[in-house]
Amino acid sequence: MKNLVEVKNIKKNYGKNEAVKGISFNIKEDEILGLLGPNGSGKTTTIGMLLGLLKPTSGEILINGQKLEGNRIEILEQINFISPYIELPKKLTVKQNLTVYGKLYKINNINERIEFLSEKLRLEDLLNNITGELSSGQKNRVSLAKALINEPKVLLLDEPTASLDPEVGDFVRSFLEDYKKEKKISILLASHNMNEVTRLCKSILMMKDGIIIDEGNPKELINKHGRKNLEEVFLKLSRSRNELN
Amino acid sequence: MYGLFLRHFYLITRSFPRVLDLVYWPTIQITLWGFISNFFATHTTYYNNAVGVILTCAILYDFLFRTSIGFNMLFLEEIWSRNFTNLFIAPMKIGEILTSLVATALIRALIGLIPAVLLTSPLFGISILDLGIFLFFLFLSLYLFGITLGILVSAGLLRYGPSFENIAWSTMFLLAPFGCIYYPIEILPEMFQKIAYLLPLVYIFEEARNILINQTVDIQNIYYAFMWNGVYFVLSIALFYYSFNVAKNKGTLINMGE
Repeated sequence: MKNLVEVKNIKKNYGKNEAVKGISFNIKEDEILGLLGPNGSGKTTTIGMLLGLLKPTSGEILINGQKLEGNRIEILEQINFISPYIELPKKLTVKQNLTVYGKLYKINNINERIEFLSEKLRLEDLLNNITGELSSGQKNRVSLAKALINEPKVLLLDEPTASLDPEVGDFVRSFLEDYKKEKKISILLASHNMNEVTRLCKSILMMKDGIIIDEGNPKELINKHGRKNLEEVFLKLSRSRNELN
Repeated sequence: MYGLFLRHFYLITRSFPRVLDLVYWPTIQITLWGFISNFFATHTTYYNNAVGVILTCAILYDFLFRTSIGFNMLFLEEIWSRNFTNLFIAPMKIGEILTSLVATALIRALIGLIPAVLLTSPLFGISILDLGIFLFFLFLSLYLFGITLGILVSAGLLRYGPSFENIAWSTMFLLAPFGCIYYPIEILPEMFQKIAYLLPLVYIFEEARNILINQTVDIQNIYYAFMWNGVYFVLSIALFYYSFNVAKNKGTLINMGE
């Protein structure tokens, strides 16, 4: 499997504060990589750099073999992002929002694409509803539809199921598993839901204070640290001094 | 009670744009109305057709105001709706974002302007069309300056984040005293005149009054207005690109909703 995302020793400084201190990782196609870490560990900064919203102080990011630096627009056509901290315009209907983003991503058959995503994400009956009047679970599925409007090769997910009820959360997780398998895309999943990470990810990066302090698949990490589950591993690593230091 | 006071006090002291906002509103209002009062007190016979000239200038100024605020509103609405990040991760060049905002701002301004123009005739017996073919050049010049201000404010929002919002609302008022909208430039103190001559506004409003009062056209005024507009427009574009790069370094683009 080829690497769709290659991150090579990226650093990000805000003045004297080193938010990310030189991390490297790859994400293969048809892979979901979990990005774990306590608040302030550098996860959002890392995602910001992958989206081209933040310029790394040093290091290099390649998406599908292309350097992000200097090819931002071409790369943005191939990636997308979902986060509970960003929303779609509330006054527009679901269909209007998806049409706007279909146009921004220069999708040829927007109606067909919207129809396909609505069916997959159970949005058919919501297309003419005002986005701001939807429930959290419905908004989440609309945001997911927006994030898939351009058939991204790389999908960045920041807490994709935060604040969702268990049923909707399970639906979203199942959808992501199936979609990844079908389209062979790469997904970076930043989450604090350890069950979700255990279920979806074959590989995990643990970040703390701007560095990767451990990595591996969930079972390996649980065994390595002699804990019962990933949540306990997370707590151990978050409370300890940096493992690799 | 003290806690609530502290909550707002901390907010103000943490943000320079908020402090600036508190200081300059009273200053601008006093300055603008001071010059207007001074002019009418000393030049009572200047306007033979006072209502027509004042209303025409008011419509022109409103067009400028709508264009500038319209541009800023488009940008601010993306911040308020927390859609800003979605927009900046879409595969759009900065030039494409600016072009679409510029075109949308024009449509918004025209929607506001047309009813105002149509109302002046039946209500006051005045038509802004009295300015003739040169009306087009005056509007074009005002539109250029309006979007230039809009781009400058948007560059500030990119650079400083939402706390720059207050500046967005007040740029037009800041420039109004120097724009000589309702009075000729001679009414300003010499120092202010020097500043006013560096802005396209003074040439636009001087020319509007010249056409309406003297029934003549001074092409030089229109030329200077376009020249200064060109200078500021190029500067605003450069500043927007610069602010975008600064925002990418400072992380403003991912924290815009905060």
